[in-house]
Amino acid sequence: MSAELQNHLADEVAIQITNMNKWYGDFHVLRDINLTVQRGERIVIAGPSGSGKSTMIRCINRLEEHQKGQIVVDGTELSSDLKNIDKIRREVGMCFQHFNLFPHLTILENCTLAPMWVRKTPKKEAEELAMHFLEKVKIPDQANKYPGMLSGGQQQRVAIARSLCMQPRIMLFDEPTSALDPEMIKEVLDTMVTLADEGMTMLCVTHEMGFARQVADRVIFMDQGQIVEQNEPEEFFNNPKSDRTKLFLSQILGH
Amino acid sequence: MTTMIDPPKAAGFHISQLLYDTRYRSMTIQVIVFLLVMGLGAYLLNNTIINLAAADKDIDFGFLGNRAGYDINQLLIPYSSDSTHWRATIVGLLNTLLVAFLGCILATIIGVVAGVLRLSKNWLTAKIMSFYVESFRNIPVLLWILAFFAVLSEMDRKPRSFRGEDAVNNMWLWDSVAVTNRGTYIPAPIWGDGSALVVITFLLSLLGIWAYGKWSHRRFEATGQILPNFWYKLGIFIVPSLAVFFLLGRPIALSIPEIKGFNFSGGLHIRNSLLALWLALSFYTGSFIAEIVRSGILAISKGQTEAAAALGLRPSRTMNLVILPQALRIIIPPLISQYLNLTKNSSLALAVGYMDLRSTLGGTTLNTTGRELECMLLMMMVYLAVSLTISTFMNVYNNSVKLKER
Repeated sequence: MSAELQNHLADEVAIQITNMNKWYGDFHVLRDINLTVQRGERIVIAGPSGSGKSTMIRCINRLEEHQKGQIVVDGTELSSDLKNIDKIRREVGMCFQHFNLFPHLTILENCTLAPMWVRKTPKKEAEELAMHFLEKVKIPDQANKYPGMLSGGQQQRVAIARSLCMQPRIMLFDEPTSALDPEMIKEVLDTMVTLADEGMTMLCVTHEMGFARQVADRVIFMDQGQIVEQNEPEEFFNNPKSDRTKLFLSQILGH
Repeated sequence: MTTMIDPPKAAGFHISQLLYDTRYRSMTIQVIVFLLVMGLGAYLLNNTIINLAAADKDIDFGFLGNRAGYDINQLLIPYSSDSTHWRATIVGLLNTLLVAFLGCILATIIGVVAGVLRLSKNWLTAKIMSFYVESFRNIPVLLWILAFFAVLSEMDRKPRSFRGEDAVNNMWLWDSVAVTNRGTYIPAPIWGDGSALVVITFLLSLLGIWAYGKWSHRRFEATGQILPNFWYKLGIFIVPSLAVFFLLGRPIALSIPEIKGFNFSGGLHIRNSLLALWLALSFYTGSFIAEIVRSGILAISKGQTEAAAALGLRPSRTMNLVILPQALRIIIPPLISQYLNLTKNSSLALAVGYMDLRSTLGGTTLNTTGRELECMLLMMMVYLAVSLTISTFMNVYNNSVKLKER
């Protein structure tokens, strides 16, 4: 294979996970995970709680350490090398279930902190960038407030804008709507749909099956630390293969 | 017939409402408590007056102007046994403030280091810090003061053992510091002509460091570049003062302690009483501060660290930009209490013969004049004033780090 072709392939693949294993002490959390994510692909990860969904995506930006196997993000292998970790974290944005905004900084400062200190962007530029993304998530008028003054849905949209300010090529979502009131879920999902439409590579751990149907290219079902099944959304929901998937779907779609 | 939807009748006031109506109840209780407290106060005051009269005593602070007639071994301002009791009080107060000031600084340093290190992932470091914290905060501070004093004064480093060609003990730091069982001798500055200029330059360079910090932050905001601030600040701290020092032909000389006969002369003599008190108070209070710092850092949720990490911030930046600004809000209020505790605990100085306020005004002055009521009242007032001052300053600082969150 020529070097050029290899580069080309590497460019098409955003994330490559090979035989990844992780243990918490004796507990085997992730077993032989194999996953290839193409650039621009939107993936929804579903599964019962404790199945290792969050742990898996947290391994992708090294919030959790995997013990065996290989994770390559954007052509960079994730190892204990700090430089690689820094490089990958700059390319990968993440949103959390509990938003994790910095309560002592204003919305604007939340958004400019990392661009200024990590990317060394001048303050003025960083602020312009932040306002651009705050407009995109439709809350530019809240820029000078503190996170505690915003509703949950608004906070989560700020968290998305904060991640986008680092201009990542991949976004990870760890149950972004699980801590929200039903009526706020929609505003956050709308933001995520817009992001998906713009071609962002996305991995979402979520229980929002409507969102999965609407935007996902692929749905992955996990149970007991393994990827049990993966398919296109239509196939996944209408024609599940394994019994475990059927049971799970009957429980969450049952009412 | 009365139905449920009838409006309530405007009832008249019953005496029982004072006890059972939530609108009046708290008022009733407050009035009763107020009367009881005033009554108790009046009884105690009356009792004191009657007993003082019976013992043929009055309250008179005039004795403060009389000759003290005793010596004090550590002086920050001129004093002799011919000075007044008032002067002795001030000397004692200054000694109290000295050890409290030094203690607060050292305790903070020890506490922050131990608190952060106790959270270390390194097993040995964390355990050593746990051992330090648990051993110091679980043993009374008086015992620690006595222990430090015993170690310092019983160690086998008599001044005379520093004598001769092949002395048993050696001075440290290029023969400038002598740690002996009679105290520690360190170099003392001798202020020559033009030394004021050097001091002024030094103070100006402190101002310069502050201005540089402002400038470098503005530059960072404008260009995004981060300068190696620590080294530049260190440069500003040292270079101008040294330059002026040498340009003026070294106006500040050092008096180096030297062994003369059986003892040291020259330099500054730091007594073991001060050292023992300072170290014991610092290590004792430091163990409490360590726990305060640790709890302050732990109180910040792990999500904050994770969010910062996910954004690509390195751990040290995360600490400075995300964790500490939030943790300080939790740390400062109990830290104020620890400073106050240290200041008040310094009155245990009496145990090792350090002449603080408690030893001068509350010790020799009280015993020789017999004015115990006045001395105790005055001492309480002074400690109260010192504590309130510290707490005012710290509260101002607390308000400046207290961040508006909503």
